[in-house]
Amino acid sequence: MALLEVRNVSKSFGAIHAVNDISWSVEPGEVVGLMGDNGAGKSTLVKLIAGNFPPTEGEVLVDGEVCHFHKPIQARAKGIEVVYQDLALADNLTAAQNVFLGRELNKGFWPFRVLDKQAMIDRSAGLFDELKSETRPRDLVKKMSGGQRQAVAIARTRLSNAKLVLMDEPTAAISVRQVAQVLELIRRLKHQDVAVILISHRMPDVFAVSDRIIVMRRGAKVADKATASTSPEEITGLITGAIRAA
Amino acid sequence: MQHDIAKAPETSHAAISDVAENKEQTFGARVLSSQPFWVTIALIVLVVVMTINEPTFGTTENAANVTRNFAPIGIMAMGMTVVIITGGIDLSVGSVMGLVAIVAGLFLTWHYSWYVAFTMGMIAGLACGTVNGFFVAYVGMPSFVVTLGMLSIARSLAVVFSANQMLYQFGPDAPIVRAIGQAKWPSHAPAGWAPHWIPELSSHFWVLVGLALIVGYVFNSKAWGRHLFAIGGNEQAARLTGVPVDWIKFQAYVFSAFTASLASLLLLGYNGSAINAMGQGYELRVIAATVIGGASLMGGSGTAFGAFIGSAFLEVIRNALLMAGIDSNWQGAFVGAFIILAVLLGMQTGATSIMTAIVQQLLPKKHR
Repeated sequence: MALLEVRNVSKSFGAIHAVNDISWSVEPGEVVGLMGDNGAGKSTLVKLIAGNFPPTEGEVLVDGEVCHFHKPIQARAKGIEVVYQDLALADNLTAAQNVFLGRELNKGFWPFRVLDKQAMIDRSAGLFDELKSETRPRDLVKKMSGGQRQAVAIARTRLSNAKLVLMDEPTAAISVRQVAQVLELIRRLKHQDVAVILISHRMPDVFAVSDRIIVMRRGAKVADKATASTSPEEITGLITGAIRAA
Repeated sequence: MQHDIAKAPETSHAAISDVAENKEQTFGARVLSSQPFWVTIALIVLVVVMTINEPTFGTTENAANVTRNFAPIGIMAMGMTVVIITGGIDLSVGSVMGLVAIVAGLFLTWHYSWYVAFTMGMIAGLACGTVNGFFVAYVGMPSFVVTLGMLSIARSLAVVFSANQMLYQFGPDAPIVRAIGQAKWPSHAPAGWAPHWIPELSSHFWVLVGLALIVGYVFNSKAWGRHLFAIGGNEQAARLTGVPVDWIKFQAYVFSAFTASLASLLLLGYNGSAINAMGQGYELRVIAATVIGGASLMGGSGTAFGAFIGSAFLEVIRNALLMAGIDSNWQGAFVGAFIILAVLLGMQTGATSIMTAIVQQLLPKKHR
C-alpha cells in the first residue's frame, strides 16, 4: 500500500486552475523529485499534501485512508512534515531549542512544570548523530552554515517520526559543499525508511538522490519516470514543453 | 598492534573536543559579552565613586530612597521586557498607571474597602492590556500604533473620571492603603531587629525583587518563556511549529498592563493620594531601562535581570547628578546619551554584537 496517494486531485482559486486532475503515489523510503517551472503548480500541490488547504476535487490518501486536511497540524498528526524553503527556524535560539520548538519536553508537575533542557539537548544530539551532522545542540542557529540549518530543520521532522518529508528547495542559495551535506541528509532519511518529496529547480541534485521524478507543467502532471530511465535533457524538455509528455 | 587500537579512539575524542572548544562559547565569554553584565559593572563603579565623593550618597536613607524610586520603573520594565521580546512595544504603561490610580482612588473615596478598590483598579488596568493585546495579536495592528492610542485614551479617561481633581479623602481604609505603599522591611523602628547599617527597603522594592525572580524563572524554565523568544526571533517559524503565537502575544500585553497596575497601586499607597497625571512620561523611562538592560527592540532578546539593573542604573544616575549639584535639567541629556550608548553597544553587526567584538579585541585568545 502506498504511503501517500493523490487521486484525481484538482485545486482552483476562483477561475484559476492551479492543479488539474493529478494522480500519483509515494512508497515508504522513496525519494521523489518534483520538478516544474515557476507557476507549474508544484507549490499548490505541496500545500495540498501539507494540509494548508483541502483540494477542490479528488482526494489525498495517507496509508490508504482518505484525509481532508484544513490545517498543517492535521497533516503533521498523520506523519507528514514540511521543511520550508526559509527553514522556519528562530535565529536567536539554539539548535536544540529549535528542534523542540512548539513541542518542548517538560518535567515536574504544575506549577513547577519546567523545561527538561538536558533531555532536549541529549535527544537533539542523538538526532544530529543519526543524521551524521556535526551540528551541536547548544549552538545558536544564527551562527550556523546553511547545511547545519538544514540539519536542524530535518532533525525536527525526525523528532516526530515523520513518514513523509516535503522539502521545498532545500539546496537553493547554499554553497556547493553544503549542498553535498544536504543531499547526504536526504539519503539518511531514505535509509530510515522515510519518504521524501524533493521540490527543486536544481537538476543535478534531483538526479543525485531521487528514485523517481515527477514533472508538472501548467497544473498537470506530464511525466512520472524512474530516475534511472530518464536524462536531464529529457526532463528539461518536459519542463519547458519542448517534449509534450512522457 | 593492540596498543594502537586502544589509542585510536582516544585521539579522535580529543580532536572533537578541540573543535568544540574552538567554536562553542564558554560560560565566561557569554557573561563578558552580555550587556546587563557591563551595566552592572558601570553601576557598581558609579556607586563606589559617589560613595567616596558624596557623604550623603552612601547613607542607608539614600539607599532606601533610591531602591524605592526605581522599583515602580523596574516593575513595569518586567512587563515591557516581555512585550519587547516578542518584538512589540507598549507605550501605554504610563497612562495605564494614571487610570488605575484614579479608578482605585475613586472607589476609596466612595468608602469601599481597600481590596475592592485595588481590584477595581486592577480590572481597569487589565482591561487596557486586553484591548492592546486584542488589536495587536488578533487584529494584527502594529503595537506602536495601538498602544499609542491607548496612551491617549487611558490618560483621557483618568482625567474625566477624576473630574481633574486630586483624590485624597480615602475613607476608613486609608491607613491600610498607606501601610501597603509605605511598608518597609527590615525595619529600624524600636521593635525592629535590624541594625542601622541595613537600609529599610520599601515594599515597592520587594515586589520588584519577587516579580523579577518569577519573570526570570519563566524566561529560563517555562515553555511559555521559550515561546516568547521564538516569536521575537521568527514569528512565522513559531507559528509553523505550532506555537500559539496570537495567544502568547495577547498575554504579553495583558502582563505589561498588569505590571503597570501593580506599580500604580503601590505608588497610590505611598502617596496616600491619586492624581490623574501619575506615570506621565514613565513609558519612556521604562523603555529606556529595558533597552539599557539589554533587551533588543527588534525582539528576541532580553532578561529579567537586565530590566532590573537597567532601571536601577537610570535612577542612580539621576540621584548622583542631583547629589553632585548638577542642574536637574541636565538629566534628560545624560539619560538620553546612555540609551543611545547602550543600544550602540548591543547593536548586531552580522552574528556578533559590537559589545562582543570589543570583548574579543580586548581579551587574549585563551580566555574566550
